Amino acid sequence: MSLFSSKDLKLLTNPLNVDNPITVQVLGICSALAVTVKLEPAIVLSIAVLAVLALANVIISLLRNTIPSRIRIIVQLVVIASLVILVDQVLKAFLYDVSKQLSVFVGLIITNCIIMGRLEAFALGNKPWPSFLDGVGNAAGYGMILILVAFIRELFGSGTLTLPSLGEVKIIPQAFYDFGYANNGFIILPPMALIVVGIIIWVQRSRTRELIEEN
Amino acid sequence: MNTQGNIYTFVYASIMVIVVAAILSFTAINLQPLQEKNVRIEKIQSILASVGIESTVENAEDLFGQYIVGDFVLNADGEKIEGSAFDTKLAPQVKLMLQAKKLLASLRKLSGDEKAGAESKIKELSSERILPVYECKKDDGEFVIIPVRGKGLWGPIWGYVSLEKDYNTIYGCVFAHKGETPGLGADIDKAWFSDPFVGKKLFSNDGDFQSITLYKGGKGSAANAGDSNHGVDAISGGTITSKGLEDMLRDCLSTYEPYFKSQAGL
Repeated sequence: MSLFSSKDLKLLTNPLNVDNPITVQVLGICSALAVTVKLEPAIVLSIAVLAVLALANVIISLLRNTIPSRIRIIVQLVVIASLVILVDQVLKAFLYDVSKQLSVFVGLIITNCIIMGRLEAFALGNKPWPSFLDGVGNAAGYGMILILVAFIRELFGSGTLTLPSLGEVKIIPQAFYDFGYANNGFIILPPMALIVVGIIIWVQRSRTRELIEEN
Repeated sequence: MNTQGNIYTFVYASIMVIVVAAILSFTAINLQPLQEKNVRIEKIQSILASVGIESTVENAEDLFGQYIVGDFVLNADGEKIEGSAFDTKLAPQVKLMLQAKKLLASLRKLSGDEKAGAESKIKELSSERILPVYECKKDDGEFVIIPVRGKGLWGPIWGYVSLEKDYNTIYGCVFAHKGETPGLGADIDKAWFSDPFVGKKLFSNDGDFQSITLYKGGKGSAANAGDSNHGVDAISGGTITSKGLEDMLRDCLSTYEPYFKSQAGL
């Protein structure tokens, strides 16, 4: 039993493009709107989701043959919620500044459909190691889109990029503003995030052959 | 073992609940000292920041001991009583204050016995009030720091306002929030928002308590309204947070009016 077969590699790379949780599976849209106003929360949330998704996948996969089918969803929810609480507690103790930034959004992880979606679709029917890889792959696909959307929204909406430990970095030079350029305040509002995601989906579908549906 | 049977389901659920509760409690209890320390250091750093002292997590406590020379509490009449400002929790104080404010507002519609009842309730609430005060001594002067707390759009907002020895002019301030909208109301913790407060005055020239008013910018700005001494710009798109902050300052600082006046001889 090889540790990293080509099938396993596909588990990691598929969610990055062909099976992207946000743009193809259309899951986790809510947080894609909420945390992408600035870049840093998007980065930190992606890492938090990675931790929760990978661990939840492994735990449910290990338990998959013991869970009574009637309380299946409840068990998944308990696992997800407990992991998120643990992540939140650890952040508050060891990375206090980061936890303050995520204060509102940590709870959002529990509601993130991607996690429940992957548990139902994959972890319940697969072994722990592939489940782990699937979790990492989907979290990476999710994080990629989140960071891209946040990058666009913050750059055009505030003219800055907020990076972890670097703080707010002004990107658009003052000269542009003096010339008459103004920040696009509209893009900071949630509906624009949805439109940005829509545009990403459009670009992705046009360029990726497998996704173009036969009409 | 029948994994679909009722007894199995019940036992499984019970064990899961117990295990999860145990793990979470264990984690929470063991991490609590670290978490509380983080909150304490953050509070110290905020107090220092309100008088313009920059601190790191490592040296915050030393700087606090060095610069903060006074830490006491007052009663509603402005007299010093037993207690430490640092240990005073503001949230219950704000609750008392808002209760009294509501009763005061309703006084106009009441009469006779009801009115007397409301008045005595207000007096009772007032007697329970504790007003924390910090005093700071720096090379360029002595200052007093007042903690404030109020309601934002999504949750509590709070901060520290430092005044010069005239108990009127703002020397510095910091504001914080629990969960205001990022990029909008959450910007009350940014320097560009709190810097304009420096130099503003709480009392008018005639000695009336004005507090600080937040103005919508542009045509309705503070300068245009002729209120440069007491006005700052609100946050566009963060109207409710800005209004909450304005109310917070007015409600909290007005309770210190007797103390300020007695200290400054106004």
